[in-house]
Amino acid sequence: MTSVSQPSRYRLVVNGTSHTVELDNRTTLLDALREQLDLTGAKKGCDHGQCGACTVLVDGRRVNSCLVFAVAVADREVTTIEGLGTPEQLHPVQQAFVDNDALQCGYCTPGQICSAVAALEEADLGWPSAVSQDVSVQQVALDAAEIRERMSGNLCRCGAYVNIVAAIESVAR
Amino acid sequence: MTTTLNAPPSSTASVGSALTRVDAVAKVSGQARYAGEHPLDDLAYGWVAQSTIARGRITAVEADPIAAMPGVIAVLDHHNAARLSDAGDAELLIMQDDQVHYRGQIVALVLAETLEQARAGAEALHVGYAPAEHDVMFRADHPHMYTPDHVNPNFPTETVVGDVDAAIAAAEVTVDATYSTPAEHNNPMEPHATTAVWDGAHLTVFDSNQGAASVHSSLSKLFGLPPGSVQVTAEHVGGGFGAKGTARPPVVLASMASMALNRPVRVTLTRQQMFAMVGYRTPTEQRLRLAATRSGRLEALDHLAYSQTSRIMEFAEQTAVMSRVMYATPNLRTNHRLLALDVPTPRWMRAPGEAPGSFALESAMDELAQACQLDPVQLRILNEPDVEPDSGRPFSSRNLLGCLREGGRRFGWDDREPRPRQRRDGRWLLGTGVASATYPARNAPTTCTIQARPDGSFEVRINATDIGTGARTALTQIAADALGVGSNSIELRIADSDFGPAMIAGGSMGTASWSWGISKAAAEIHARITAAGSVPAEGLTVRVDTRDEIAAQADVVRHAFGAQFAEVAVDVRTGEVRVPRMLGVFAAGQIVNPTTARSQLIGGMIWGLSMALFEESVMDAEFGDYLNHDLAGYHFATNADVGDVDVSWIDERDDQTNPFGIKGIGEIGIVGAAAAIANAVWHATGHRQRHLPIRPDRILSAERQE
Repeated sequence: MTSVSQPSRYRLVVNGTSHTVELDNRTTLLDALREQLDLTGAKKGCDHGQCGACTVLVDGRRVNSCLVFAVAVADREVTTIEGLGTPEQLHPVQQAFVDNDALQCGYCTPGQICSAVAALEEADLGWPSAVSQDVSVQQVALDAAEIRERMSGNLCRCGAYVNIVAAIESVAR
Repeated sequence: MTTTLNAPPSSTASVGSALTRVDAVAKVSGQARYAGEHPLDDLAYGWVAQSTIARGRITAVEADPIAAMPGVIAVLDHHNAARLSDAGDAELLIMQDDQVHYRGQIVALVLAETLEQARAGAEALHVGYAPAEHDVMFRADHPHMYTPDHVNPNFPTETVVGDVDAAIAAAEVTVDATYSTPAEHNNPMEPHATTAVWDGAHLTVFDSNQGAASVHSSLSKLFGLPPGSVQVTAEHVGGGFGAKGTARPPVVLASMASMALNRPVRVTLTRQQMFAMVGYRTPTEQRLRLAATRSGRLEALDHLAYSQTSRIMEFAEQTAVMSRVMYATPNLRTNHRLLALDVPTPRWMRAPGEAPGSFALESAMDELAQACQLDPVQLRILNEPDVEPDSGRPFSSRNLLGCLREGGRRFGWDDREPRPRQRRDGRWLLGTGVASATYPARNAPTTCTIQARPDGSFEVRINATDIGTGARTALTQIAADALGVGSNSIELRIADSDFGPAMIAGGSMGTASWSWGISKAAAEIHARITAAGSVPAEGLTVRVDTRDEIAAQADVVRHAFGAQFAEVAVDVRTGEVRVPRMLGVFAAGQIVNPTTARSQLIGGMIWGLSMALFEESVMDAEFGDYLNHDLAGYHFATNADVGDVDVSWIDERDDQTNPFGIKGIGEIGIVGAAAAIANAVWHATGHRQRHLPIRPDRILSAERQE
């Protein structure tokens, strides 16, 4: 019988870089990023998929990395906040967060930004949300109500929501 | 009396400008490192094991099978934990004996090579107990309710002016109502975390806190280490809201474990553990009795507040103090009662005292307006005092009326239909509400060091903390103006105990207190540069302490004031309450940075929305635990819960606060916000909601009682 605590050896592809890791099978993607690869941009706010601070992109789609075992995303394309942009060359959503002061303590911020990048993509693909009036459109126009709904998986205790919506609206335009 | 403080040079005027948050780029790019994110070789991980009884004695800690698990290095418990000296906080005396005082108390720390191994060890650890009867349920009629000697931080428990009972008996109009607010948990997004490094002689900790000086002092006392052998830093902190105001258990555990193992140790709390270990806002019950003339002039105000503490240390929330400040009345009594239970000790949470107190006072004022058939804004204007009502002392400045009038104008208050339950939009009943806000504007002693460099730039070292407030940005602007240079000539270094004592980021006192240190150091470095003629190659350095200036402050009442307006939509079939619109107008002295200030005030108002509608920690009588101890069970506002939140402030110059005229804005945004929403719910539905949060079932049961 193999123990869950036994390690597996596999390849993690993060921000375009391939890493061969040998990790305890219980290791979540979030802990692999933070503790093994020193990519601490993804944050641990609850470790239970309840706050969204750990949001990263896997094959372009947003996931709570605390709910995913690292071994389950072997060979898949993982993008973290560090891979979206750099301090010298910010992603447009990162820049919009700076310009709109869409952050305070900053701890939920990387998750908010990864989530926003994916939400913009989802809207472009015509994915409806709970507040979409017309679910048949090819592309959803993101107004404030759509953004609020689509960003409600990412909690912010500082209450930066008003500016987060403004930041995402400025990019969606 | 007017004290003229050393006014800042106005040539550059960075203060008041919308400088972009200086650490924004680091935070949006994932480069800002928080306490649990410092990479270290040979790092060990600690995982906390908590008591599963609320009161009793530990009879066994079966550590041996855990120590044999893969990767486990050690199990610390009360048998082998380092002996600690009292640092004034009983909850920091961790694992010192076999006594259990509340459920969730730390009983062991499992140390392992990886997070997964530490967690598995802590979860497998068997601890035996001899449980005793526990008492965890707060209620105002509890027979052990007592009168504390004083309330936080050092206010008198009771104040009495005139004779409220006689005035109420003789009054034309009275309000007598009981309000309650539940226990609430701070829940900063970053769980408490510490990375500790003991090198055999010196302890270095990266900690998530609101004040490195306070944590430094606690560690030095607890472990009996000379102050020079301890360094605490908190470069980036993911929110605090009071829960990180002083040393909390993780920093003690990580330090203890690093000393025991002689290697770096990281301890991070889980979200669930935070519900027992880092404080919370006490539940309150409050009775408000108001008496007035038919025209609305207050004759008496009686505010009695009940709250809870733990059995191991006293924490007496200052719930009724707002009533000492707000309204003119010849008869005024405020009083507090406290109940010690087998629970974790409540602590500070954003606007301690004023947040729950304002819900009761400002709801009662709305009830009085209703009873007198007066507009609630007019009622407040009618009862504006000239001096502090309970002491007769003058205010340094007080612009409540300016906030109410400006807010009313911006909100469109004058067109308001006074009768309740008159506006409807589809399934929604609509209503609007108002409440006043206030918070003390205090200063505390702070040290500050400034080094002038020959290139004309300055390094400013001050043990401030930026927990998301924008303090790093605001202090850069303050230093620029105090030194008469542009903000790009300032290198600001904060959050390091090596910089010396300073006020914590708390109590709306941080920026105010730190600005004074910077202002004083700037004046001294200017004098030194002038005396020297120029800055020598090795630079010039001054270090100051504002203790004497703080002690010499005139005896006036310093408060910020504000007015909160809210519009709600209530579906009385489902009980759902939405808040499409909030407006806050504040008079809070000099606003250092309008961008970060607006963000902080909006954040406070959203806290008020959460307090009004969502937040509630539910105590389980049988097990003594907060049942809803995670973010799926403990609700605060999500993005979709928040509508249009608008903030503005009125220009206020107050030269009796500190050199820059700063009053502080961290707390006042939440004060009164829940009352404004509850008052709006009355206006929408015609039913008073006196118990928070205003859950759907409370809306529905009010409808059924019609």
